[in-house]
Amino acid sequence: MGLLYGLIAVGLALIFGLMDVVNFAHGEFLMIAMYATFFLFAFFAIDPLLAAPLVAAALFVFGAVIYLFIVRFAVRAKANAGMVQIFSTFGLAIVMRGLAQFFFTPDYRSVPHSWLGGKTISIGGIFLPEPQLVGAALSIAAFGALYFFINRTDFGRALEATREDAGAVALVGIDKNRVFALGWGLGAALVGLAGAIMAIFFYIYPDVGASFALIAYVTVALGGFGSVFGAFAGGIIVGLVEATTAMILPPSLKSVGIYAVYLLVVFVRPRGLFGSM
Amino acid sequence: MDSEFAKRRRRELIVALCLAAIAATVPLFVKDVYVQNIMVLTLMWGALSQSWNILSGYCGQISLGHALYFGLGAYTTTLLFTKFGVLPWFGMLGGGLISAVIAMALGYPCFRLRGHYFVIATIVIAEIGLLLFHNWDWAGAALGIDIPVRGDSWMKFQFTRSKLPYFYFALGLACVAWFVTWWLEDSKWGYWWRAVKDNPEAAESLGVVVFNSKMGAAAVSAFLVAIGGSFYAQFVSYIDPESVMGFQFSLLMALPAVLGGIGTLWGPLLGAVILIPLTELTRSFIGGSGRGVDLIVYGGLIVAISLARPQGLIGLFSPKRKEAAR
Repeated sequence: MGLLYGLIAVGLALIFGLMDVVNFAHGEFLMIAMYATFFLFAFFAIDPLLAAPLVAAALFVFGAVIYLFIVRFAVRAKANAGMVQIFSTFGLAIVMRGLAQFFFTPDYRSVPHSWLGGKTISIGGIFLPEPQLVGAALSIAAFGALYFFINRTDFGRALEATREDAGAVALVGIDKNRVFALGWGLGAALVGLAGAIMAIFFYIYPDVGASFALIAYVTVALGGFGSVFGAFAGGIIVGLVEATTAMILPPSLKSVGIYAVYLLVVFVRPRGLFGSM
Repeated sequence: MDSEFAKRRRRELIVALCLAAIAATVPLFVKDVYVQNIMVLTLMWGALSQSWNILSGYCGQISLGHALYFGLGAYTTTLLFTKFGVLPWFGMLGGGLISAVIAMALGYPCFRLRGHYFVIATIVIAEIGLLLFHNWDWAGAALGIDIPVRGDSWMKFQFTRSKLPYFYFALGLACVAWFVTWWLEDSKWGYWWRAVKDNPEAAESLGVVVFNSKMGAAAVSAFLVAIGGSFYAQFVSYIDPESVMGFQFSLLMALPAVLGGIGTLWGPLLGAVILIPLTELTRSFIGGSGRGVDLIVYGGLIVAISLARPQGLIGLFSPKRKEAAR
């Protein structure tokens, strides 16, 4: 679970690290990905695991489009830039939730049986559900790929450079908007991947994103804004903390542990665990 | 220059008095209960947004956790009333004081955080509050509390026959919130807050006690919001954690100010006058289908307005104010 949180959060961290924009519709991106997985299964009987790359690709396009049509203008705002970002992406979240309700109705749905659904595997006497295990493995793989992508490829360097100094980058002939759009696409694709995996073991409904979004923000902030590695580590911590609190406190209070740990961390270290100012 | 400024401030006060007087006569002509209901809500959200604006707009500490203070006000009043029979008037004050104290206690660690870290901390704290109330059996837990009807009087702050008393209280609250803002704008505090918002380091070096001025803003802001929460509890006469402390309340408080013009005197009220009737109308006319069309329209408007007019709608009225709002 922690690794999945990490995967959701890495997408958010990427977008944030890129240009200081917190995507308040991040949870809704996740929701869309889960629906996409559901419909691929329902209409074409495509198993969520196979659907994952398709969904990630679709979300990539979606993220880039959202950047070009909405976020580009929000970033350009001169007055109250912070608030404009918060509220334009938040407004987007409301629209997406409304659209989901309109087209998919508020009913709860689930992917009835995938190749992995309900199976467990026993490692040294500990029973682990297979979907979660595969999800964790995929998360690690995706994170590795992203890490490689950012640190080793030209595009990754362009991202990094644009983040450092958008003005200077323009002089070298890099189109800032294109780089940012690709960055948003990449961030969204990661959420898409996470959504496809989560569709296997979570109910899907229009508000599902909201319940994960706050945890994603906490995860990113815990790791430190701007640090992709921090987001992944944050995800693992959040997952562990959640599992621990669930054992001590009643289930309805399990998120309290996560929030408390976040507060503790930032009070001691106001820029998160791996954040740099 | 100075006299010019004083003149402007006096003019604003007069305009406010006129507007309040006009607003006070409106219910004499508009008898429709549905419309009156919308007016009460508009005034209440205007007042709440104005209070939110003190901490987030003037002082620049963007809080998306003010639902906590709203809920604390509602719960304090309601619990004192249903469990101990304390009149809502005292409950209101109690709720306000508790909220102010808690706001300062939370501010103590939180004000060291910057930017998004601060915003997320406020959200998270409010969410913890929500979860705790969800699990607090004595306070009704997730089921919430029904406020029993004990008569129809100003003393008990319950009115069964007409919405008018609620309307006048909400109007009063909006006036108080506006007046407090107006008064603080030209006080030592107001200048400190703007300095802290623009550049905390420079403010510190000029002798502004940054930390204390943030604490002051938090306390005033939380106190007023809690009064609004108490009022809301009496108005709807039923509360549960989700309906008074949910995240959407924090946003609803921020939205009118953002829409109208954050950190301005008239922005929050202007925003509320536009936004609240719009919300209510879209909800009742196209939201009835339960299919989320109202959400689509509402969200679309938020996106459009925040992108088209980042400085808020107030900029439309006086071009001079534009630079001031920055």
